[in-house]
Amino acid sequence: MATTEKLMAVTGNQAVAMAMKQIDPDVVAAYPITPQTDVVQSYSQYVADGEVQTEFVTVESEHSAMSACIGSAAAGARTMTATSSAGFALMWEVVYVAASMRLPIVMTTVNRALSGPINIHCDHSDSMGGRDSGWIQIYNEDAQEAYDATVMSFPIAEHPDVSLPLMNMYDGFIISGAIGPLRPLSDAAVKDFIGEKPAVLNLLDSEHPVTFGPFDGLHGWYFEHKIAQNRAMEAALPVIQETYDRFAEVTGRQYQHLMCYDMEDADVAIVVIGSAAGTARTVMAKLKAEGLKVGLVKIRTFRPFPTAEIARVLSGVKAVAVLDRADSFGAMGGPLYLEILAALYHEGVHTKTVNCIYGLGGRDLYPQNIEDVFRMLADAAGGADLPQSRVYLNMKGE
Amino acid sequence: MATKLSPKEYVKREERLTGGHRLCAGCGAGVVMRQVLMGAKDNPVVISNATGCLEVSTTIYPYTAWKDSYIHSAFENTAATISGVEAAYNSLVRQGKVKSDKPYRFLSVAGDGGSYDIGLQALSGALERGHDVVLLCYDNGAYMNTGFQRSASTPLGAWTTTSPDGKVVPGKQQQRKNLTAIAAAHGVPYVAQASPHNFRDLIAKAETAFETPGPAFLNVLSPCPRGWRSADPDGMKLAKMMVQSCFWPMYEVIDGNYKLSFDPKDRKIPIRDWMEQQGRFKHLFTPEFEYVIEEGQAHVDREWERLKQLASLPPIAE
Repeated sequence: MATTEKLMAVTGNQAVAMAMKQIDPDVVAAYPITPQTDVVQSYSQYVADGEVQTEFVTVESEHSAMSACIGSAAAGARTMTATSSAGFALMWEVVYVAASMRLPIVMTTVNRALSGPINIHCDHSDSMGGRDSGWIQIYNEDAQEAYDATVMSFPIAEHPDVSLPLMNMYDGFIISGAIGPLRPLSDAAVKDFIGEKPAVLNLLDSEHPVTFGPFDGLHGWYFEHKIAQNRAMEAALPVIQETYDRFAEVTGRQYQHLMCYDMEDADVAIVVIGSAAGTARTVMAKLKAEGLKVGLVKIRTFRPFPTAEIARVLSGVKAVAVLDRADSFGAMGGPLYLEILAALYHEGVHTKTVNCIYGLGGRDLYPQNIEDVFRMLADAAGGADLPQSRVYLNMKGE
Repeated sequence: MATKLSPKEYVKREERLTGGHRLCAGCGAGVVMRQVLMGAKDNPVVISNATGCLEVSTTIYPYTAWKDSYIHSAFENTAATISGVEAAYNSLVRQGKVKSDKPYRFLSVAGDGGSYDIGLQALSGALERGHDVVLLCYDNGAYMNTGFQRSASTPLGAWTTTSPDGKVVPGKQQQRKNLTAIAAAHGVPYVAQASPHNFRDLIAKAETAFETPGPAFLNVLSPCPRGWRSADPDGMKLAKMMVQSCFWPMYEVIDGNYKLSFDPKDRKIPIRDWMEQQGRFKHLFTPEFEYVIEEGQAHVDREWERLKQLASLPPIAE
């Protein structure tokens, strides 16, 4: 049987719903929200048509979605959900509980701006806020990446060294609603890749009753539990890479924590997350024809963060712009910028840096905006100073 | 309702919440739990518990007082959590991944805070979706775990730390929310109100709730000596008086048909009889605030009349 199916044209949401159908998890508990809605709708149809074994719990809120996922995963069931923006924010409390219980729940978070003012379009403020929740976070550029990441999720999350929940992100509307190419795996190849769920202690083993979520107060082991979570996160970094590598053997599509484009001989580089990477690559082709040595780093694995790797990749360039599609009000810059500055400092890499904030609430990022950033970096490589404060891309009135 | 058995029969059933938990002396929650779990007979049970007194007192890590599988996730979501457990069970059984000689029972437990207030949405969602679960509220009339703050279940006039009596305010200013009626309005197959002083009634109701396919809601009065400012040994006596006053009627709603489990008839006692034995109402026994007792009595009388009317209706055929 062929490992992969022929090329299709689907939206990001359809691609992820298709991957979920092929995984056929035991339970899906989800609540619809723009722009994730297609995922839940498509899955409902698979259930209605008897195409999956899944028990689909149509909860009354995202808080209950994650709560039901916790109950289901604690009962030993392979469990998935999907959300966006305010839905993710409403889950907040129990997102942490899922991680603390070490439940390998897989969630698709279709990135959308947080209110207010209310806005349904893409930015990364939702999932960036969950970066300290104890979930593995993988960001995807397009429908193919989102599909592939979904297929790779359970082998990472359920790995005995890891046992952590995992969330996959892709850009709302830009990817979730736009049609792009997808080469899916065959159903059999997906089943084979993810395998059976490893047996773990669960609520439905009547021979071995278990208490989940006990009170771990003043004189308990809360501190040690948190240390154990971080150790699991550290252990996840190689497991994720191993899974990426194993996936490449099946599909020929090789993923890395950081996807580097023309970084070998780059003088300047942009670091970015998500769909903006595609726009950046288009601009790079033009600038390289002019003789500019420009490179691009796309972050896929954000939690755990590949600190040493990002510092190594950026150690050879003279100027770096970090593009953030979320801000951290009152901090030195957006969340990705802070992360990268810390990594560079930690690894003793001294290069010029600037933070560019873009795309908040779905504001367009034009090729010209990227080009302006590259030219600013090229000037900096030639000796000019970079702005010390945030540079806002495609701001009105500029 | 399941047949009420003699105490001799009930004591043969396994104790599924062990002694040694840290609930206060005189607390009703542990008593309610033991009685309700007797209703599960010898079926395995998974318990989901909201944050609260019962949770913090029975699962002090690394110990647990629960002989069955148990999960606590958060305060407002126990009904959603048990929904997920039940969904997992259905899926895994259907796929042959879980086998059990006896069917599992699924029990969600919350206090009045986790049922009437912060957990109402999840409770309603679980009832509406039709999971085969029992949703239990042990109602002690306030947020006792955090030191006696008002809930939607706190009786009119009661002192709590967020409804304190003062020079001008006579304690809690609202009547109680009728959660049992709200649960019944979901049209679920079984809803009942009970009190642990009548343990045969409560165990039989729990047994019915577990054995009825689909969702069941149990609202059970639970004495709290600390929050009620009453004597430790008086809990069951006070619960009995609260039932006899019709403040806490014992009844069932079976497929929409109301059935009284107890009618005091001409032995109905005034609510002041049990209020005066609880320090949380002490300030009402003064000339300036005594009117609140009358208001509370009028409300209880009216609700009781309404309940009797509902129970007197001819049963709706299935």
